[in-house]
Amino acid sequence: MDVLALSRLQFAVATYFHFLFVPLTLGLSMLVAIMETQYVRTGDEDYKRMTKFWGKLFLINFAVGIVTGITLEFQFGTNWSRYSAYVGDIFGSLLAIEATAAFFLESTFIAVWYFGWDKLSKKSHAVTIWLVAIASNISAFWILVANAWMQHPVGYALRNGRAELSDFLAVITQRFAILEFIHTLGGAYLTAGFFVLGTSAWHLLRKHETAFFKKSFRIAAAWTLIFALFEIAQGHMNAEILGKAQPTKLAAMEAHWETGRNVPMNLIAWPDAKNERNTVQSLSVPSGLSLMATYSTAGEVKGLKDYPASERPPVLPVFLSFRAMVGLAFLFLAVGLYAWLKREQIESRTGFLRVLPWLIPLPYLANELGWTLAELGRQPWIVYGLMKTSDAVSPIALSQVGTSLVAFFLVYALLGAVDFYLLFKFARKGPEAAPAVVK
Amino acid sequence: MLETIWFVIWGVAWAVYFMLDGFDLGLGTLFPFLAKNETEKRILVNAMGPFWDGNEVWLITAGGVTFAAFPRAYAIMFSGLYTPLMLLLFALILRGVAFEFRGKEDSQAWRATWDTCLVVGSFLPALLLGVAFANIFAGLPLDAAGIFHGNLFTLLNPYGLLGGVLFVLIFAVHGALWLTTRTEGELQARAGRFATSLWLVEAVVAVAFLAMTWFSTRLWQNVLAKPLLLVLPLLAVAGLLSLRVFAAKGAWWKAWFASSALILGAVLFGVAGLFPNLLPSSLDPAASVTAFNAASSPLTLKIMLGVVLCFLPVVIGYQLWVYLKFRDTVTAESVSRGPAY
Repeated sequence: MDVLALSRLQFAVATYFHFLFVPLTLGLSMLVAIMETQYVRTGDEDYKRMTKFWGKLFLINFAVGIVTGITLEFQFGTNWSRYSAYVGDIFGSLLAIEATAAFFLESTFIAVWYFGWDKLSKKSHAVTIWLVAIASNISAFWILVANAWMQHPVGYALRNGRAELSDFLAVITQRFAILEFIHTLGGAYLTAGFFVLGTSAWHLLRKHETAFFKKSFRIAAAWTLIFALFEIAQGHMNAEILGKAQPTKLAAMEAHWETGRNVPMNLIAWPDAKNERNTVQSLSVPSGLSLMATYSTAGEVKGLKDYPASERPPVLPVFLSFRAMVGLAFLFLAVGLYAWLKREQIESRTGFLRVLPWLIPLPYLANELGWTLAELGRQPWIVYGLMKTSDAVSPIALSQVGTSLVAFFLVYALLGAVDFYLLFKFARKGPEAAPAVVK
Repeated sequence: MLETIWFVIWGVAWAVYFMLDGFDLGLGTLFPFLAKNETEKRILVNAMGPFWDGNEVWLITAGGVTFAAFPRAYAIMFSGLYTPLMLLLFALILRGVAFEFRGKEDSQAWRATWDTCLVVGSFLPALLLGVAFANIFAGLPLDAAGIFHGNLFTLLNPYGLLGGVLFVLIFAVHGALWLTTRTEGELQARAGRFATSLWLVEAVVAVAFLAMTWFSTRLWQNVLAKPLLLVLPLLAVAGLLSLRVFAAKGAWWKAWFASSALILGAVLFGVAGLFPNLLPSSLDPAASVTAFNAASSPLTLKIMLGVVLCFLPVVIGYQLWVYLKFRDTVTAESVSRGPAY
């Protein structure tokens, strides 16, 4: 292993780990804000208890999301300094905007929300959780605009030996960025939906606080159904733009080798990168891929063989990640639909309630698969078509990266274990007894 | 011109960060000495509870400003100081979760574990940032390609270490003073005693550091060349002296503001003395990373200036509001009633 490989591994560890916490932050902040708004509107104490119960779980999750986010900003400088110097003009600005426009708001008002129950009026207090929720989502916007620029660089000029900004609006309004943003949000909202559904199911099955968890369940069921539908419909648009913006990624995720028209979509395949073909290939939808990528059965789709092997991403993991992510999305839709249809008599559907808690990890998995597809599918580029990952790494010593990588494994394993233990503990404990008692 | 404006923003972001996060890092460092029992520990943690997270974003912003306005400086600083920055990162990670975790389990060992993370995670950033900035003032072993010729131990030279000790002391006094403004009774009195007795050490180390700065860096020469800038070290000295006067009178808020003036004056003195260097090279002055040879394109600098001018006043506004909203005294009764960490 060299500095490059270890730095990539370290970035992967830090990003996968960070993204175990981000989606729940994005989604649950919205759900808690909706619950508190219901409390302000109806005065129903149950909604206040819901706000506090789900809010506590939100905070436990939030703590680790925040601190592990700092790692990512640091790593561009520590491990990818050549990248930072080359594209900082654009990429660094986007991160700085995220800090000033969103991260401040989020970090300041999360404390106001937590400590301010007695200091603010009911309405103002509800406003603070909306500020947190909106700020988290704005924060995601800027980060994803930055990532989208790595996927599909626009609005730049090569000057002074680096990429310099030439059109700011092009960078922040490009279709790729908007699609990536809403797709990531959809996944995050589904994660929160399943989290609330699964936790509520666990309690409903034990006839614990039935009214409380039924209310939570109903909100989450509608929420999950909406975003499962959204995610599938919208995800299709992402595939379409890949055909234009990142043809090698699209070809890898479909294990598509030969450029052509009327390209079928193989529902089942097993790519063999060495021999540039698929060992297995069946259940083909005629012209399916052409139709999906170009809206025309005769549309041309570039195959991997059009690109030198050194410019292709690793096909098998990209292909499998995509397949698994899409499969999960349809499962989410089925679960969301069933949960919503049966929401009124959900306590009697014990089989379904028994399964639901076990489904909580699946959106997490889908999120990580999505990032695997996005990041691994971009390789060997760190900025698609502009800079190779191998040219981006810092001039640092192997021992430095080796040591920090071990430290990341240890510290993150500890944090992950503690945080999931606490989430589990407080999710099972349930809400404080009514009427709300302040701890 | 744009580069100079951004250099000032860069320096101010660091100064504000040290002024704000300084008190909660200092309070975390003094945690085992100031708090004698679980109630006092909770009071101490909650005295910084509503603020520490918002304060820390100033660090992210200072880093973000460096990345956006001076990407080459960001790249060289973060890769060159790899090990100290990783230590800083892990310290901040463990410290951040300690706030949330410490009260979540009813066990002595559990709380002791997270309290240790809080203390180490507060002390280490203060020390590391002090060592890092002192070394930056003195110059880093950078070649023309921006490669750092050294390791962690290169930074642990006498001047660097004295800088680290100075930061720890300044933050500790700043934190103890903060506690006096938010508490009452025995805990307030103890924090006051700590602030006044640590002040003496702080003053001695500060004088020694300023003297060594004359020999180890070019800060004084640069500042003396523009005598108007002397107002910055004078502000620091005035802050240091008036801090002691106010503390003797028990005027704690005034003492805390004096301590803030000390931090702002000292950091801005360092920054002004560096100009136009961001990372002076100790190997070859021509290899120094400056606000001019590391800057982003004029377009980026202009857009980011617009962003900063739009958002930072708003940020300062709502952070001030939060400080005013949560200025009441933290007591045993208020932490047991909650909401509290």
